[in-house]
Amino acid sequence: MSDSVQTRAGREGKKSDLAVQLTEKDAGGIKINVESSVGHMFGEQIEKTARETLESLGLENCEASIDDMGAFDYVIMARIEAAARRMREIDGPGCLPGRKVEYGPPRRERLRRTRLYMPGNNPDLMRNGGLFGADSVILDLEDSVSPGEKDAARLLVRNTLLTIDYFDCERIVRINPLSTEYGADDLEMVVPYGVDTILVPKCETAGDIKVVEEIIGGLEKKHSLGYEVLIMPLIETAKGILNAYEIGAASDRVVALCFGAEDFSADIGTERTKEGAESFTARSLLVLGAKAAGVQVIDTVFSDVQDEEGLIASTKEAMALGFEGKGVIHPAQIAPIHAVFSPTPKRIEYAKKVVAAIEKARSEGSGVATLGSKMIDAPIEARARKILRLAEALGLLEEETGGGS
Amino acid sequence: MVPNALGRMVPEEMDGKKLKPFMGAHADHGGGRKASPPIKAVPDYANKMRASLDEAIDACEIKDGMTVSFHHHLRNGDYVINMVVDKLAERGLKDLTLVPSALFPVHEPLIDHIKNGVISHIEGSMNGPVGRACSLGTMSKACILRSHGGRYRAIQDGDIHIDVAFIAAPAADYFGNCNGHSGPSACGVMGYALADSLYAEKTVVLTDNLQPFPVFPWVIKGGNVDHVCTVDKLGDPEKIISGTTRITRSPTRQLIAEYAARFVKDIGVLDEPDFTFQSGAGGISLAFLKYLGDIMRETGVVAKFARGGSNKYLVDMLEEGLIEYILDGQCFDLVGVKSLGENPRHLETDPFTSYCYHTKGNFAPMVKLGILGATEIDTDFNVNVNTHSDGWLLHGIGGFADVTDSQITMITAPLLRGRLPVITDSVTTITAPGEVIDVLITERGVAVNPAREDILARLKGSDLPVATIDEMRDMAVGLSGLPEKPEYEDRIVALIEWRDGTVIDTVRQLKPQE
Repeated sequence: MSDSVQTRAGREGKKSDLAVQLTEKDAGGIKINVESSVGHMFGEQIEKTARETLESLGLENCEASIDDMGAFDYVIMARIEAAARRMREIDGPGCLPGRKVEYGPPRRERLRRTRLYMPGNNPDLMRNGGLFGADSVILDLEDSVSPGEKDAARLLVRNTLLTIDYFDCERIVRINPLSTEYGADDLEMVVPYGVDTILVPKCETAGDIKVVEEIIGGLEKKHSLGYEVLIMPLIETAKGILNAYEIGAASDRVVALCFGAEDFSADIGTERTKEGAESFTARSLLVLGAKAAGVQVIDTVFSDVQDEEGLIASTKEAMALGFEGKGVIHPAQIAPIHAVFSPTPKRIEYAKKVVAAIEKARSEGSGVATLGSKMIDAPIEARARKILRLAEALGLLEEETGGGS
Repeated sequence: MVPNALGRMVPEEMDGKKLKPFMGAHADHGGGRKASPPIKAVPDYANKMRASLDEAIDACEIKDGMTVSFHHHLRNGDYVINMVVDKLAERGLKDLTLVPSALFPVHEPLIDHIKNGVISHIEGSMNGPVGRACSLGTMSKACILRSHGGRYRAIQDGDIHIDVAFIAAPAADYFGNCNGHSGPSACGVMGYALADSLYAEKTVVLTDNLQPFPVFPWVIKGGNVDHVCTVDKLGDPEKIISGTTRITRSPTRQLIAEYAARFVKDIGVLDEPDFTFQSGAGGISLAFLKYLGDIMRETGVVAKFARGGSNKYLVDMLEEGLIEYILDGQCFDLVGVKSLGENPRHLETDPFTSYCYHTKGNFAPMVKLGILGATEIDTDFNVNVNTHSDGWLLHGIGGFADVTDSQITMITAPLLRGRLPVITDSVTTITAPGEVIDVLITERGVAVNPAREDILARLKGSDLPVATIDEMRDMAVGLSGLPEKPEYEDRIVALIEWRDGTVIDTVRQLKPQE
């Protein structure tokens, strides 16, 4: 039949990925041809996975040609489903891989020093993203995915969430803006399947957050999730900066405001520089807005992966401005950023002394504590306790508690 | 066929030669006497210079069924093996045994000579295309794969009798003294040719850089050389050694290297006196050197020596004073070659001093940490570096089996290469037995051989992701699924020899695949 519908999905010749071509037939059942770099070892398994996927999607008569470069089953399923959905409307949730990972509900309070970005249409990069010790991972559906691949990336990210263990990392998905045709579909495809936090790009008003919140809430109810998915607005325009407080306060789900320097520089009509003078005021305003709203605030990425000194300087500056983390585009950036955000032994020691002095004063019934010649007031106490909480979270107080097994 | 100590079925005889099954890593202690090359006298060697390679070959009177040997220091840039074998084929010779210390993709043209019967089989090492041809049963006799130390031993013990050794020499004099330090084809160390020069009936030195007498150091001594000839070019300098070796840029491989360095720190070997190590020039090994260097700098530890594969990163450590000596087996980049020529603490070695098992001692057991890669490792810690999981013979042993004599042998490898798990229930081919492999380090966990209770005890309190090898196998297979096993014919196409000359495993001909 010459006019039969034919669709394709996947990436040809890419490691841990596959390209699939699907041809609709009138009869004859499902036929599958597999070419694979690991065909001698996994050929039968690839065919079985492909067949089961097509059957569960209700494609009874079709031919699938698979060109595989060592993709795992959950990737094969995502690519075949993408090709199938490009062929016809599929009702229901699609073909979900069995859940391989279990997590607790999203945690509002957590360290977010580093958030590792990974392109959502690249299975090879996403697979090991949880191994590098980042506080959060971001599976990105927005800028790293071309418009023609949004549908496929969404399925891949869904299957990745169900399959890949990200250990203690916060699992963030960056969706497309709700103003685009993709945003709502993105939410529908990821909210039910194990995402902790939705990173919402190009937020400019509290209204942007309300829209996202409503859709998320509806999906939680529909899928009886029993927990609340969190929201992380990404602010990358002048308007967004000036509305930072309202955005941060728009929903209880908001946990942190993030800055996006590249789009911001374009928005105000300037070039982005390594030093970031063009965004200094904006970043300071963002810190104020976030703090006023009682949420965390996270700086943009540092784009030059080779320049470790520059990264450290940029991170120190961000910390000095009040930021609590940075975006990360390569795992090599994680350790230097963590080192900057970790309290030094000297600061921990001092914080311990402050708290000890206060507790001593309180036990003696005195309202005023001093350390050396300095009076310890409430902000000093608060800062000391914050340092100790951070040190504890990072396991830097181990000696004290005699921990370690 | 009899089962060896690892339960692999191995032949007791092959192509008319009696074989011994593997009995354990250190069970066989040799015996007997070494091979004896012919006695020669000075008056017959007044002039060793031959006008051409053809003249040199003709002077050797090579006959059908003889054995010719080569070394591999020119790596994938080598012109010599193809050049010489072409000339042997022109002379209508048949049934030759080829004894290279390694082959590379550049040697693919040998396949035609194998098909035409010029070469009956290969003893030594095979990589890439020639290995693939071997898997398909192209050779008329079974090949034998040996480690670098095993090759030296086999020549020394008389298991291989070399009729003519062809030695590609980047710098040579008319008397036959030669080394690899200088010239357009400089390769640095040239020790793999030593046994050939000592035990062959005849030795030919080929050079593209004839120097006045004396070329020194005389790594190969003129007194062992019959003929010297010049050729246009020994090889392609760009492919003989890389200009610079590069650390892996893969975050996953960097993570494996970081775990390996943290393992070294956490087990406390750096706190003991006389720290020594050996690391290769693969991407993970180079990254490991970087992390190890950071730790050594922090803790003020200096290594007594490092075994190379020399490369820029190892040389940097030598020059910084983090290593007292490099004991070099081969140079992997130009920095290594330069350092070997200039730095008196960068020493040239050969497989006799470093690897050969039938000697009165070698360096290998003095090395505290050996860091190696692997194609497969099984839940008994047996390692395969020769065949892929689909059964193709694609790699030689190199120094792998010899380096396992280190006090702690570490395997670094990705747990999953694409979809392929590195851990299997039983490796496709055993290159080295689990008894000499101490720890596997992957991006998802570190597994210590349970026989090394001492290492496990020292790892207590480490925050490395320590797991059992079974747990790690489950982790890998849980994602990948279980691979199907390759299908073989009955015919054995290659034997894998352990360092002591016993047969540790066999490689079978692959069934034709569509």
